[in-house]
Amino acid sequence: MRTARQWARDLAMGVRFAFGGGREGWTRALLTAVGVGLGVALLLLTTAVPNVLSVRDAREQARADHTFSQPPRPKAADTLVVADANTTYGERDVRGRLLEPEGPKAPLPPGVDRFPAAGEMVVSPALKDLLTSSDGTLLRERLPYRIAGTIAEQGLVGSHELAYYAGAKDLAPRIDNSRVARIVAFGEKVPGQTSERMDPVLILLILVVFTVLLMPVAVFIAAAVRFGGERRDRRLAALRLVGSDSRMTRRIAAGEALGGSLLGLVLGTVFFLIGRQAAGSVEVLGTSVFPSYLNPSPALAVLVAVAVPAASVLVTLFALRGVVIEPLGVVRTAKPARRRLWWRLLLPLGGLAMLYPMVGQGRENGDFNQYLVTGGVLLLLVGVTALLPWIVEAVVARLGGGSVAWQLAVRRLQLSSGTAARMVNGIAVAVAGAIALQMLFAGVEGDYTEATGKDLRRAQMQVHLGADGGGSDAGERFRATKGVRTVTQLSMGSLSDRRKNPEQSASITVGDCAALRELATLPSCRDGDVFELTGAEYDDGASALVKPGRTLYLDPSYDEDPGREIPWTVPRRGLREAASVDGLLGFKADGLLLTPGALRKGAGGAVASTAVSAPASALDSSLGSALSSEIYLRLDRSVPDAAEYVRNTAARVDPLADAMTWTSTRESEKFTAIRQGLFVGAACVLALIGASLLVSQLEQLRERRKLLSSLVAFGTRRRTLGLSVLWQTAIPIALGLLLASVVGLTLGSVLLRMSAAKVRVDWPSVLSMTGIGAGVVLTVTLLSLPPLARLMRADGLRTE
Amino acid sequence: MTAPAGSLLAAEGLRKAYGPTVALDGAEFSIHPGEVVAVMGPSGSGKSTLLHCLAGIVTPDAGSILYDGRDLATMNDAQRSALRRSEFGFVFQFGQLVPELTCVENVALPLRLNGTSRKRAEQTALDWMRRLEVDDLAKKRPGEVSGGQGQRVAVARALVTSPRVVFADEPTGALDSLNGERVMELLTEAARSASTAVVLVTHEARVAAYSDREIVVRDGKSRDMERVV
Amino acid sequence: MSIGHTLLGLLESGPRHGYDLKRAFDEKFGHDRPLHYGQVYSTMSRLLKHGLVEVDGIEAGDGPERKRYAITEAGITDVERWLGTPEKPEPYLQSTLYTKVVLALLTHRDAADILDTQRAEHLRSMRILTDRKRKGDLADQLICDHALFHLEADLRWLELTAARLDKLRQAVVSP
Repeated sequence: MRTARQWARDLAMGVRFAFGGGREGWTRALLTAVGVGLGVALLLLTTAVPNVLSVRDAREQARADHTFSQPPRPKAADTLVVADANTTYGERDVRGRLLEPEGPKAPLPPGVDRFPAAGEMVVSPALKDLLTSSDGTLLRERLPYRIAGTIAEQGLVGSHELAYYAGAKDLAPRIDNSRVARIVAFGEKVPGQTSERMDPVLILLILVVFTVLLMPVAVFIAAAVRFGGERRDRRLAALRLVGSDSRMTRRIAAGEALGGSLLGLVLGTVFFLIGRQAAGSVEVLGTSVFPSYLNPSPALAVLVAVAVPAASVLVTLFALRGVVIEPLGVVRTAKPARRRLWWRLLLPLGGLAMLYPMVGQGRENGDFNQYLVTGGVLLLLVGVTALLPWIVEAVVARLGGGSVAWQLAVRRLQLSSGTAARMVNGIAVAVAGAIALQMLFAGVEGDYTEATGKDLRRAQMQVHLGADGGGSDAGERFRATKGVRTVTQLSMGSLSDRRKNPEQSASITVGDCAALRELATLPSCRDGDVFELTGAEYDDGASALVKPGRTLYLDPSYDEDPGREIPWTVPRRGLREAASVDGLLGFKADGLLLTPGALRKGAGGAVASTAVSAPASALDSSLGSALSSEIYLRLDRSVPDAAEYVRNTAARVDPLADAMTWTSTRESEKFTAIRQGLFVGAACVLALIGASLLVSQLEQLRERRKLLSSLVAFGTRRRTLGLSVLWQTAIPIALGLLLASVVGLTLGSVLLRMSAAKVRVDWPSVLSMTGIGAGVVLTVTLLSLPPLARLMRADGLRTE
Repeated sequence: MTAPAGSLLAAEGLRKAYGPTVALDGAEFSIHPGEVVAVMGPSGSGKSTLLHCLAGIVTPDAGSILYDGRDLATMNDAQRSALRRSEFGFVFQFGQLVPELTCVENVALPLRLNGTSRKRAEQTALDWMRRLEVDDLAKKRPGEVSGGQGQRVAVARALVTSPRVVFADEPTGALDSLNGERVMELLTEAARSASTAVVLVTHEARVAAYSDREIVVRDGKSRDMERVV
Repeated sequence: MSIGHTLLGLLESGPRHGYDLKRAFDEKFGHDRPLHYGQVYSTMSRLLKHGLVEVDGIEAGDGPERKRYAITEAGITDVERWLGTPEKPEPYLQSTLYTKVVLALLTHRDAADILDTQRAEHLRSMRILTDRKRKGDLADQLICDHALFHLEADLRWLELTAARLDKLRQAVVSP
């Protein structure tokens, strides 16, 4: 009881000291508070991340229209035809929907209060801004609708999302239950669609990402409460002189740190609120959020509020353990106890021991033990902070020789290697974690990234016009588009053995000779030719079906889905074989290749026999609606906005045309989200650590002001001093990054083994992460050069 | 200006203000090779500023400084730094030794800044430390030696490049009189034997008594006491 | 300085002739002013009269008779008492310099010049003393230091007065 009261009294006194002591005292307390505040803000933001994910998910769910899985239903008072009209503008995705309400009770999408009339659209605020700015000129052409209103927040998943709902007419005939559908509600729970269970490896990734991001923040906070340490020592000595005992003094010191961290909590909350607001106005890697998403869960917020001040007290007490505070000054125990290696090695080894039992578990054997994973990763990373001071001390003690700048730096490091190591700890932990993660990502990437099979040499864009899409001049219109080199138009469809409910079918591909040559090796080709493909990867029985003179049916009817049932007769002569090649489609196609003349001729006979003298154009149009048309485009890379021009043409040809830019791989979207999260987090953490490095660097420089001035007085080149500052940071950083790489690679290998993936060192990511770490140091050094130059002015001598 | 005949360093009409505070208001100065000149005056009179101007650390607002026939005003910062490195030496009151370096490394520093190899620089440094009777401190760090010893190390450092002028700003200010006198004796002796000029800023008459001549600075103006009598 | 006590003190180490005494005195204390032999003779007669010394023996020679003196018990007590009694600190309340400065102010002469002239003179003396100190032995150093500290005190007074000259002028001239 008495001790508790004494503790409280001493701590309170320390808190008072933290803010007393005039301008200098305030500055120091503020510095600590800002440091802690930044850390706290980041912690609060992180605790809000689960909320962000769930809110985004809920909003996405609420506006889902599930065009793919709608049961067939008739037009009614409560139906709405919705068409997917997504597009891409530059690197940004635009979510677009065409809406045609079919009755007064048609469902409104969330965030929209009335349906836009045909030719009008409601847009997200970000899209509105884009369309009215000069950057949006090309997109404006693509969306030729009048802006009639904006989509409210609840209809959007992010503040910077580009989205529109446009009113349309005559959508019903195009319902295909893939991109166009008739729905009765948004956000419907579709039977049979269960929420995806999270993959254990993905959960492992998320766990590790969080641990890896939060560790450096903790290290940073620990460093922040020690800002201004050397001045504080003098003050502590003065306290001893007036009679406080050693323990009291320590408690008072802890109280000072407590004061700073309490103020830091307040500042952190303010920073968080500012950051929360600011978060609404930024978009990172295509992801934006609304401030309202960023509500930290109360339990985690309370944990932060308690843990941070408590940690500041503990860190201070721990830091003072090797220090004797005497009335006449602070003595670092004369011969500082040589840093011992064994307990420092124990931490990472312990971490490995915790992770080891899970090696080889993979994704098939259920969830990973979260506590073991977190604990193991934590111990490994804490091991970095424990090992680094030892390594820095051991290495620096062996350094010697070199230029004056080098000598100044090395000697300084030898005298206070602990300070140097502390400065670097944060970066080392962040880099170690990031390397491990990158390695894990690279290792499991194969599992989550599918090769698209697209050959980018043959085409860079593909426009899917669908059935009935575009009309006959579509190819011409693309050919006339700016930035397009060549256009390959192919129409696909299938021939069946019966008009209704066929049992067998063969695919056909229609195109001119040049287009057909993209799919097969043709000995010769004229309009009117028909080829049967050989050597296909899959053969669905075309050869059995395709017999000369046999009549087959294009677009047959199914029970619930009436088709056009166009008869087509296999020519009696001239059916030639052609070897399928792996070209434009990314696989070897099968079935028949038809030139347009052959298609018309085969259908012509049949049509002529059923319908009397149908005009050629009517035949073409009916054939066109039975085939789905694809346009493959080769672009002129020297035209910067070629893709945009193509998309605009596509939109003009058919608002529902789907223009895709080809990529060679496609990543799983969830995987992409985690990876983006990691990059954002790592960037924040490294920036934060950079800031703290800068603060402590400047503080050190200020304390050496007089010395610097006198060095300049006797003619030291500014370059020499600048270089010595650089070395002073670069040496520990280099060691830190080296250790970080070793630990990161170890952790990465273990995590990969845990996910049962092949262990492979991803050197580019190791290099890029260490490079970023080194870049932070360089930036900090550069930023501290102007103040250094100011300090080196002779004014420093004047105070004497 | 025309420097007094035979003078090594001479200044005329020096003016320097720090904001509203006028530190120098038309001060003049001259020193011959090998001469020891004391600059005295009450604190705040501008004597340190005079020293900083003479040494090319601070650029005066007006007036000229001739060193060996060259006008410091026409030199850029790099040239003045080079001059300070090679031709001048400095002793300050305190806070001038780099705490991380050993004493001998501190003394060798100016030589190394001039590009001398480490080994040779430290050899020369050791010779000078021997002359100032502090060679036994070579491997110690400044934090481990007494004030008087530290100041002798500083003197050794000021002399190690065999400069033509040593600027000493209150070199004994932090020392007791016995240590102060020893430092002054060693400084002036060593300087005279190498015919190095010494500009000695001090407020102590007994320290000034080691000089050949005295200049008093009052309110930014200088007075050569030799001409008074 | 009390020559009598000094000579008595020198005798404490053993009997000496008058001439020896003079030589010892000059060597140790009389750097500036050596003693006249007459001074020694008259002082010794006075001490003899008071019973503080006694004649230990007389040597006959060519010149004047040479007495050998020895200290008595009373003499030793007297030296002891002298050494134990502190010297009265000199108050220096009557300063010629002060008079000069005030006079200059009263007669509207340049008082600052007087102070500077004096200052230069003081420093010249200090330089000479410092030089002698450097060349001399420990005794020289201590003696010179004594003088240096006094001169320094004067010099400080000169500096202070120079700084307060305007105030002093008001105080002296106005009433």
